[in-house]
Amino acid sequence: MTEANRIPGGNDIDYSCPITFTFNGKQLTGYQGDTIASALLANDIKIVGRSFKYGRPRGIVSAGEEEPNGILQLADSDATAVPNVRATQQEIYEGLVCRTTNGWPSVDFDVMSLVGDLAAKMMPPGFYYKTLMFPQFLWPWYEKVIRAGAGLGVAPSVPDVDTYDKLNRHCDLLIVGAGPAGLAAAAQASRSNARVLLVDESPNPGGSLRLSRDLIDGQSAAAWIEKTMRELSGKANVEILLRTTATGYHDHNFVTLHERRSDHLPSRQKGASSRQRMHRVRAGAVLLATGAQERPLVFANNDVPGCMQANAVSAYIRQYGVRPGKQLVLMTTNNSAYQTAFDWVDTEGGTAVVVDTRAAPDPVLVARAKAAGIRVMVSSAVIETKGLRQVKSAVISGFNSQTQTLMGRLVHIKADVIASSGGWSPVVHLSSHTGTRPEWREDISAFVPGVSKQNMWTAGAVTGDFSLASALGQGIDAATSALTQYDLPRLAVPEVQEAIPLEMEPCFHIPHTRATSRAPMQFVDYQLDVTAASIELATREGFESVEHVKRYTALGFGTDQGKISNVNGVAIAAKALGRSIAETGTTMFRPNYTPVSFGAMAGRDVGKLFEPKRYTAMQSWHEQNGALFEDVGQWKRPWYFPQGSETMRAAVDRECLAVRNGVGILDASTLGKIDIQGADAREFLNRIYTNAWLKLGVGKCRYGLMCGEDGMVMDDGVTACLADNHFVMTTTTGGAARVLEWLELWHQTEWPELNVYFNTVTDHWATATISGPDARALLSELTDTDLDSDNFPFMAWREGVVADIPGRIFRISFTGELSYEINVNANYGLALWERLIEAGKKYNLTPYGTETMHVLRAEKGFIIVGQDTDGAVTPEDLGMEWAIARRKKFSFVGKRGMAREDCQRAQRKQLVGLSPIDTNVILPEGSQIVFERPTQLPANMVGHVTSSYFSPTLNKSFALALVRGGLDRQGETVQVSIGPDEWMAAEICSTVFYDPAGDRQNV
Amino acid sequence: MQRYSAFSLFRHALTYHENWQKVWRNPEPKKHYDVIIIGGGGHGLATAYYLAKNHGVKHIAVIEKGYLGGGNTGRNTTIVRSNYLWDEAAQLYEHALKLWEGLSMDLNYNVMFSQRGVLNLGHTLQDMRDIERRVSANRLNGIDGEVLDAEGVKNIAPLINISKHTRYPIMGASWQPRGGVARHDAVAWGFARAADALGVDLLQQCEVTGFDISGGQVKGVQTSQYGLLGAERVGCVVAGNSSVLAGYAGFDLPIESHPLQALVSEPIKPVLDTVVMSNQVHGYISQSDKGDLVIGAGIDSYTGYGQRGSFTTIEHTLAAIIELFPSFSRVRMNRQWGGIVDTTPDACPIMGSSPVEGLYFNCGWGTGGFKATPGSGHVFADCLASEEIPAMAKPFALDRFYSGALIDEHGAAGVAH
Amino acid sequence: MLNIYCPFCAESRSEEEFHYHGQAHIVRPADPDACSDEAWGNYLYFRANPRGLHTEMWVHAAGCRKYFNVVRDTVTYEIHRSYRIDDPQASAL
Repeated sequence: MTEANRIPGGNDIDYSCPITFTFNGKQLTGYQGDTIASALLANDIKIVGRSFKYGRPRGIVSAGEEEPNGILQLADSDATAVPNVRATQQEIYEGLVCRTTNGWPSVDFDVMSLVGDLAAKMMPPGFYYKTLMFPQFLWPWYEKVIRAGAGLGVAPSVPDVDTYDKLNRHCDLLIVGAGPAGLAAAAQASRSNARVLLVDESPNPGGSLRLSRDLIDGQSAAAWIEKTMRELSGKANVEILLRTTATGYHDHNFVTLHERRSDHLPSRQKGASSRQRMHRVRAGAVLLATGAQERPLVFANNDVPGCMQANAVSAYIRQYGVRPGKQLVLMTTNNSAYQTAFDWVDTEGGTAVVVDTRAAPDPVLVARAKAAGIRVMVSSAVIETKGLRQVKSAVISGFNSQTQTLMGRLVHIKADVIASSGGWSPVVHLSSHTGTRPEWREDISAFVPGVSKQNMWTAGAVTGDFSLASALGQGIDAATSALTQYDLPRLAVPEVQEAIPLEMEPCFHIPHTRATSRAPMQFVDYQLDVTAASIELATREGFESVEHVKRYTALGFGTDQGKISNVNGVAIAAKALGRSIAETGTTMFRPNYTPVSFGAMAGRDVGKLFEPKRYTAMQSWHEQNGALFEDVGQWKRPWYFPQGSETMRAAVDRECLAVRNGVGILDASTLGKIDIQGADAREFLNRIYTNAWLKLGVGKCRYGLMCGEDGMVMDDGVTACLADNHFVMTTTTGGAARVLEWLELWHQTEWPELNVYFNTVTDHWATATISGPDARALLSELTDTDLDSDNFPFMAWREGVVADIPGRIFRISFTGELSYEINVNANYGLALWERLIEAGKKYNLTPYGTETMHVLRAEKGFIIVGQDTDGAVTPEDLGMEWAIARRKKFSFVGKRGMAREDCQRAQRKQLVGLSPIDTNVILPEGSQIVFERPTQLPANMVGHVTSSYFSPTLNKSFALALVRGGLDRQGETVQVSIGPDEWMAAEICSTVFYDPAGDRQNV
Repeated sequence: MQRYSAFSLFRHALTYHENWQKVWRNPEPKKHYDVIIIGGGGHGLATAYYLAKNHGVKHIAVIEKGYLGGGNTGRNTTIVRSNYLWDEAAQLYEHALKLWEGLSMDLNYNVMFSQRGVLNLGHTLQDMRDIERRVSANRLNGIDGEVLDAEGVKNIAPLINISKHTRYPIMGASWQPRGGVARHDAVAWGFARAADALGVDLLQQCEVTGFDISGGQVKGVQTSQYGLLGAERVGCVVAGNSSVLAGYAGFDLPIESHPLQALVSEPIKPVLDTVVMSNQVHGYISQSDKGDLVIGAGIDSYTGYGQRGSFTTIEHTLAAIIELFPSFSRVRMNRQWGGIVDTTPDACPIMGSSPVEGLYFNCGWGTGGFKATPGSGHVFADCLASEEIPAMAKPFALDRFYSGALIDEHGAAGVAH
Repeated sequence: MLNIYCPFCAESRSEEEFHYHGQAHIVRPADPDACSDEAWGNYLYFRANPRGLHTEMWVHAAGCRKYFNVVRDTVTYEIHRSYRIDDPQASAL
């Protein structure tokens, strides 16, 4: 197929390199350098979407990131699909497949548009608030219908095949935008040795210069771009990133740059590189040279395909070699758009009519236009587009720009493209991300960046000064000021001959012969079908704040975030409210400037790298021996070790019995370990733990309970006294980092006079715990340490060599059995483990995991902080009065908290044991408890089951629970809610189910 | 009040929508009110509405420093649920949920309450214990809920990844079918319109700058625009600014104001019919009727009134969403924003009287405010209208921070939103 | 994205390296046991929450593990000063 609208001379187009791509199932041809939009326009494809509310056909409006209509599904394959790609930004590549996102059954014929005028009239803004309520039970059905019609593209249904990455970087000056101001700034900054980063979202630098007919230092703009880029690329301190959008400007000059590394390449060329990269930049100074975007004018049927921004028409002609029609009608409020008419008639066979809203535009310009064969109609405006599926003609009326009223007769002029320019809106978005409101400037009818709290500079059109000479000068000035510490001499500002200086008169909304409410629709926000009438209606209904107008009509909520609609919308609202635009104000812009893939935001922190896994030194053994794992904090801990086809229950029963009757081995390396040294270490422990520490001798260990200042239990563990000024504390697996920060907090902020130091040694040590009646016999085979109970009693520790590895042996027990926790340098952890396993064969040494550990400790009534406690449990609630040394001289952390009125009240929830009446029923952990089965709801809940297991040793189920007043209710029966309308009676008993005297750990 | 219906819409369509009434008046303030509500967000407007409707209070003003519903009401992720752990919180939120269920009809304004259910995922054994505990408590409090396994989760959210090989495999979830989402702006506007129709004066763009207090009794409020406005009673419902107003009245609150961020994707065709929340990976997600994926996470760590937070929070949140829904990786994030949430030490609100006679506070809803809107307004109206603090509000009194009777929803419910 | 100066490391680092610890200069009552429930509640839970300048504590968690104080504007997020807890000028603020 030949490209009907292709013309020669497109600066970005490589005419020698044709590319085939597919649009809505049809194969089309474009060239290297085309965007989807330019290639579609070249092929005379006008309809690229359907509006979501009214089903109206829509065409390409812009040539850049502000595009509201050309939103396509990129669909080479499900795994590489991208919803909502802007046709105006996506470069085509060989094999690209895309399709429109709306319209049923097709974009060319959409049933929605047939529903017609009345249905559209039934859908003013907020119609869904006013109806779809009756009958109430039908709302879910209404909602389904609404939802089915909403949304643009389709999310892939399979995981992403691409990778994304991030770079953290620092620079002295970040320049956003490589247009004239940005390039001039970079040229100036490059003369220092400051680190300079210059970014532009386009594939090519130059910005507005790429269309410019102006001369710089007597050369064409293109030549100046090339020269400047050549100079910059030779500088080691300047980095230039293209296809890179500054998407968010955050506090303290942190800017996110979204680099699209391979989206423009066919899949076979993408290679192994990441698809996109987020640069997380901390910049000394940020210079915004983001330019300005052209506002189209609002008039009736201004959404018919063929209605475009004037500047976009020039871009298609000059950059892409596409003239999207033959007969141009160009409506403008300013001089700059005349260039579009010149560009148009410069091409072969193009005719153009300029409709100027002003009474007396620059006569020189008008004369020039006339000389070029362009008809110029002054004091005129296009009030309506005729044509359904594409522009057929323009309806033009006389227009008084002072009163903004129509006059005279209507004229119809044939056209296939109606371009309009209502002036320029500086791209203020980034400047407002950190909370600075843009400020209205009446003289240019536009918002400019407000004064920022960031070290931010602006140059070029973003400042509201649209002349090229100013852009270059401001770029140089801003770079000089931003890098003031370098004291750079100013570069000379290049001589500029501007083709057309900008002059304008404010105008946003062209009235119609009929009232706005009755005229054909006049679109402000194309993507969300927001019309001038809907904005007026919103104000009529009392939505007077600009935020209310925006929220009620959805103005600016599209994927373009209202880039071309915002100012027009505010202007129409202001007029309707009888206020100035400055009084009305604007809404704030938020990151992202343009949308960013979730994948790029997440970077490499997905899949395996979502969060690090922590393994012990013995992990490989656990894996080889069939362990299943439990997540505890970031650690992977062996949960249980099933043999063959063993069920979890069978495995845990076997492991439990092995420990009770023989010997088992547990990897306890994950417990937090904090080394505490200093002359006042003991005093510190005495303050931070609830129990007493002053008398703990060297070589001894003690269980410690830690509370917050509110008196609630926060952590526990065994601390050993290595020397009078040296202790090692263990913490819960998940609590290690928190506890270390807690210790440092108290030391640094409250008791800096104490001579004490902390360091984490969790990863330095590997711990193998052997537990069971045969533990001593087993250990004696691998160590010379005297294990005799008199010399090495319970709650003592010894330095010793085990399996030829030096380490520390702690005789402490979490199972109630004779236990030794053997700690060695983590590098030897696996060796120790393997030697123990080897030596343990004759004792049937059984590896066990956390589940068995839980059963065994629960049989003994030992708590697990975080399972048997929940942040609202005091030591007294746990029946651990013995661990509260109230008579300590220092008022330890938590002491006053647990003395508060509510903590001392009777009938608090207290930890008890529960014996289910049916000894085979394991109460679900978490089950709520009542004293009497309720006859109505809400029931009077008195507690819940915290831990619950089957004990193979006792051959019965048992549980721990927090029960209101439980310590005084021993022997009473409670009802446990074990499912909907299912109850199990259980008797309150001691929390110690096994070996209450503690003889077994003491042998 | 002009009734809204499909018929009225049709009738107005015939006259080109030129004759719709204003949704609310722009009244001249009176010199004196029975009750002044400070704060024109959802909670404040609901309070005014129920005061007028249920208690027949005649002279009520709502004073709003910006525009109605412009604070957290218009900035949240609109999740509604009542599956809280502790009785006191669960009853308050369930009270709200019951009101939600009839709210559109009551207000004659479609708040688009969509009961698409809420999943709270569990990824660890302890998560599952907490879920079991919470669902068990919900059941006995008469609140719907069930515990699902991973397959059950997949049935409700088919795109979710329940592989055992993820970093934190999904083990199951709690499921509250009656939970869902609502249209946040509509809630504010619906309450405002209905309150206005009952004679409530809505005073926008009017900032309160101080209180008139004499003899320990509040007599009125100082405003930026209208000077002193007298009142018998004053209710402060100013999420994000509670500490500032308490400061005007001369006392402190146990509140810290933090940024809470949220974001939306570009609109895509329906892919998610429910609300999915996960504490372990820190993210929650639903899809709006417009097609945007609406996503949020926890609060930013530091205090801030800037209505913006840190980029890392957004990065972590999206990593979490991809962890749950790997196929969303290529969907694109459109916009992010922030609100200011007033957090309390126990993640429960503060509601009731203050050290100043006649001055009442309703604050500290943290991240849970939107879902409570009608319930909060209803109960706070009871507070303001009667001599006694109503039973449902009593546990949320300020004195719990002295006695220690906190209602710790952090630790146990484990779900922050 | 705050950029915080650690007075111990003498470096400005991104906030990810730090943990926030709330209002600074909270002093534990000298004799907790003599405190009323009200006084203890104030110490435990009541914090300054200004809209504007706030003196707050941060810890360089992924760095030197030192706690220090920061004066930050809670509206603009500007940091005016970072100083060590033992800074003799601390009380002058």
